Amino acid sequence: MSMKILVCIKQVPDAKDVRLDPVTNTMARDGVQSIMNPYDRHALEEAVRLKEAHGGSVTVLSMGPPQTEATLRDAISCGADEAVLVSDRAFAGADTWATTYTLAKAIEKVGGCDLILCGKQAIDGDTAQVGPGLAERLSLPYITCVRKVTGCEPGLIRVERLMDDGYDEVELPLPALLTVVKEINEPRIPSLKGKMRAKSAKIVTLTAEAIGADPAALGLKGSTTQVVRVFSPEARGAREMLTGTVDEQVAQLVVRLEKIL
Amino acid sequence: MLRIDKEACIGCGLCEQNCAFGAITVVDGTARVGDNCTLCGTCVDNCEVGALSIEREQKEKGDFGDWSGVWVFAEFRHGRIAPVSFELLGIGRKLADKRGVKLAAVLLGNGLGDAPRKLVGYGADRVYVAEGPALAHFTDDVYGNVLADLVREHKPEIVLAGATAIGRSFIPRVATILGTGLTADCTDLDIRAEDGALLQTRPAFGGNIMATIVCPHTRPQMSTVRPMVMKPNGFDPSRQGEIIAVTPAPERLASRVKVLRSVAEKGEQVNLTEADVVVAGGRGLGDPKGFDLVRELADVLGGAVAASRAAVDSGWIPYPHQVGQTGKTVCPKLYITCGISGAIQHVVGMRSSDTIVAINKDPEAPIFDVATYGLVGDLFEILPKLIATMREKRA
Repeated sequence: MSMKILVCIKQVPDAKDVRLDPVTNTMARDGVQSIMNPYDRHALEEAVRLKEAHGGSVTVLSMGPPQTEATLRDAISCGADEAVLVSDRAFAGADTWATTYTLAKAIEKVGGCDLILCGKQAIDGDTAQVGPGLAERLSLPYITCVRKVTGCEPGLIRVERLMDDGYDEVELPLPALLTVVKEINEPRIPSLKGKMRAKSAKIVTLTAEAIGADPAALGLKGSTTQVVRVFSPEARGAREMLTGTVDEQVAQLVVRLEKIL
Repeated sequence: MLRIDKEACIGCGLCEQNCAFGAITVVDGTARVGDNCTLCGTCVDNCEVGALSIEREQKEKGDFGDWSGVWVFAEFRHGRIAPVSFELLGIGRKLADKRGVKLAAVLLGNGLGDAPRKLVGYGADRVYVAEGPALAHFTDDVYGNVLADLVREHKPEIVLAGATAIGRSFIPRVATILGTGLTADCTDLDIRAEDGALLQTRPAFGGNIMATIVCPHTRPQMSTVRPMVMKPNGFDPSRQGEIIAVTPAPERLASRVKVLRSVAEKGEQVNLTEADVVVAGGRGLGDPKGFDLVRELADVLGGAVAASRAAVDSGWIPYPHQVGQTGKTVCPKLYITCGISGAIQHVVGMRSSDTIVAINKDPEAPIFDVATYGLVGDLFEILPKLIATMREKRA
């Protein structure tokens, strides 16, 4: 059995070293670093493990500005065989509807696959909508929040999905799409060999025209939702530091807790 | 694209500071935009001189005349209605009254018992019920088919679901089938006075900014709504409503996904996102035994146990308890942190809790920035005393 696996990856701003300014309640960041969305790293790791166990290939796909290339090279150093970047000014401002359209067109262009893996959500938008939306665009069955692959045989995959009150074990036919949570694995550190390979690897870049996309369905213009206002969240009320001995602090806290419990 | 009015721009750099993507730089006193601009709009709203704007093509407003009513997806699993369903009926009732339309619930499952009546008691004017073995277990396929078919037939203008594991999984499929917009994880919903549009507000960038979103060209307008944010109305057993049995076509009940088993985890694995009280532990607890204090306090307060990523990665507690960027987002009435430093990755998952109590030995720990009440001291002295006192009070 040999599987062709595709992993969708997003480059996101890093949240590390970002601290909330308690007075203005805005982001205080020292230069913006871009990283691979952490959930996508787990999706990539699972793809590489499946390839190592069953044979096949791993292609990473990303939609983003030209500098996303760095993240795709990172993916190659962690075990991906090929990388495809769909990049075009026309994609800017895409909501999840326009994004899934673009990704679906790109996947059709690069040829089908047996399994698509995505992170559960991206840490900048937090929508968790692209995985399910993409699956529906491609008419694939899908499972979200996968925490474990319990079986994989020709044409079939068994997984555990994380639910709010426990978990479900499910079986679905391939081709299929899965989104994963971080519990699924511990991503590897890139090897020296991987890093060397990443340096020289060719990244396939596709424009809107190359994937045969309808210009009206792309980016801001092709989006079904529209942001009408962006604002800072309400600042939290004043903080009260309790003082005194441990006994005194606990006593003050208990008085305050009793009011809300 | 992002337009910069070079005459108006004063080069103050606010846009550069606020851009999460590092797409704007001020060069020679004027803002310049790079290729990596995502048109998120943050800079436009932040610009104090109105120098920035996003160019949009004007589209014809669709005719939404035959789309009417507010719908709520009622989630039923392991024999009970998820509490978020009652919260959705609470906000749904408000929206429906503002629009002067009916509020309906859609209930799918098997062995539903008096669940439809309950939904009426909590505010639904009408409940569409599809019941049967094919709906006993949640699958994205079948639940999506049935809900999408009902929406096509009855044309509600608004469809709400909980931002739960189930809602966030299958609602994006329904929106894609219907070709309409969906806003995830909303924390506020309202009706725009001038045109009756649904204003959907949600946190982005881990809650660092809030965005209000509309769905201008398509119907229905769809949102998933974060649990524990909206207030349910009280249950009124005398409330009258219509219960309508729905029979989906057999081919719409065939799933490609087979559920082999569905396991509800009991005891300390209580559903974190539904808990009123959450006690969370971090690295400061030192070892798995230290975590027992967190469990004990949660037990005394009738709350759920949560953890920072550091505690989960150390293997002290399983992943379903992790709160934060790569875990769950919670907003209980009371969130108590024990030995959690307050890295942004944790804070984004709990900052909207009503009251936050932080216990940490380091007075400089960033957790105190978001705390309502802060206690600086040794956990192993504070927690046993707190547990003993609360146990006495609650006895």
